[in-house]
Amino acid sequence: MSREIRSSAGRVWAMLLRYLYLLRSSWPRTLELLYWPTLQMLIWGFMSQFLYVNSSYVFRAFGVLLAAVMLWDVLFRGQLGLSMSFLEEMWARNLGHLFVTPLRPYEWVASLLSMSMIRVLLGMMPAALLAIPLYHYSIFSMGLPLVAFFAVLLILGWALGLAICGLILRQGMGAEGLAWTVVFTLSPISCVYYPVSTLPGWLQHVAWTLPSTYVFEGMRAVLFTGIFRTDYLFTALALDVVYIGLGAAVFFIAFNNARRRGALLQMGE
Amino acid sequence: MAALAVEVVDLVKHYPTAVAVDGITFSIARGVTAALLGGNGAGKTTTLSILLGLLLPTSGKVRVLGEDMLRQRYRVLPRMNFSSPFVDLPHRLTVRQNLLVYARLYGLPHRLERIEDLARDLQITAFLERPAGKLSAGQKTRVALAKALLNEPELLLLDEPTASLDPDTGDWVRSYLESWRARTRATILMASHNMSEVERLCSDVLMMKAGRIVDRGSPQALIDRYGRTNLEEVFLHIAREPRIELEPAK
Repeated sequence: MSREIRSSAGRVWAMLLRYLYLLRSSWPRTLELLYWPTLQMLIWGFMSQFLYVNSSYVFRAFGVLLAAVMLWDVLFRGQLGLSMSFLEEMWARNLGHLFVTPLRPYEWVASLLSMSMIRVLLGMMPAALLAIPLYHYSIFSMGLPLVAFFAVLLILGWALGLAICGLILRQGMGAEGLAWTVVFTLSPISCVYYPVSTLPGWLQHVAWTLPSTYVFEGMRAVLFTGIFRTDYLFTALALDVVYIGLGAAVFFIAFNNARRRGALLQMGE
Repeated sequence: MAALAVEVVDLVKHYPTAVAVDGITFSIARGVTAALLGGNGAGKTTTLSILLGLLLPTSGKVRVLGEDMLRQRYRVLPRMNFSSPFVDLPHRLTVRQNLLVYARLYGLPHRLERIEDLARDLQITAFLERPAGKLSAGQKTRVALAKALLNEPELLLLDEPTASLDPDTGDWVRSYLESWRARTRATILMASHNMSEVERLCSDVLMMKAGRIVDRGSPQALIDRYGRTNLEEVFLHIAREPRIELEPAK
């Protein structure tokens, strides 16, 4: 490994360490990471048990709602995990210190992405494991497709998170509410809990522009028919490339703009 | 090694509604302590921000430690540092965690030893394990200084280094900076409103007003030139004399 790559990796690790210290410093925050996914899993687990005997849809595959809620959380937590680490720097008014060090913006982004993945895994694993004894359902029984679905949704979450961080850099802390709200606009169009065919025709065209729609349709295909739709996976990955490119562009343009406006020193609560 | 620590040529920074820096040219020799002095809105912090690479100028050239700051700032950032009481370190991390993160960002090889040495030097050992947000103003200033000295900078930029400190702590910080500069032969460039601090620490003062450098010299030279008894009187004269901004010093 060249010296420059090692230095770069060292700086990414330094930032990751900063977020891990932060996570460790507050047990309520760590608990919160586990709380919502577990609560969601409990609600939808009991709902699934009820619908299993009252609905032919759930009867066809018990885990269809549980898997959906857990996978949706990958997208949501992926975006939120990135945005939260970013917002920590805003709240701490720390950008002025960070960017007089040799830290490059892309190294900061790499640490934000890594921390997002850690937060998703910390949040999701207990919920997924708890579902096994409670409902005799293991999301891991999906096998390798689960890894593909996880990756597609996480990348989409990152794309959205980067775009939101860019908007906050541009608009200031008045826009921080976006970090908690924007992702939910994707939920109805991504067809998390119902097939795309449920949507009106014109909205179906919109839905198919989202990688998440392919994941949830693909998930239902695996659970109902046992078939893994690789065509869905490749389309979703191709769309992910577009979205992550757009998200990164918004972020880096906003970052350079903040340097031009002098906002890196002033940005904060 | 370049003889100049800082070289600024025709630097301009326009905002949509204001001109923050209006075509300034100056240089700072290596190994001196210099000050940018001026009232609020004179352009001191803007100039420091540009020197740090945090702010892009509208036009002009900036060389720091011999490198073009606008094109090659990552070559020079490891060799400089910055401290300001107005930019906090993350509150919930302990002092040691904060210093460790920054030591890693600077790629220091013997981080723990370096932090212990600095902590002893700056008398912050007792609160290394305390969250940075729970420190007093004086303690925060010393911790910020520890962060700024981690990488043994050749150029240290300070924004109001003793703002909001009691006289005793302020004096301690000034003494420390004097001895640190003498020991390391580093360059210090500070923005300050504290005239006695500037008189004590600096050999070179750049007086700024409305985004321009309107005069320059050692504190004593400026006092003599304006026929005053101290730098504060010089400052007030320049701040209140409307003609001065029209006749920038060469």
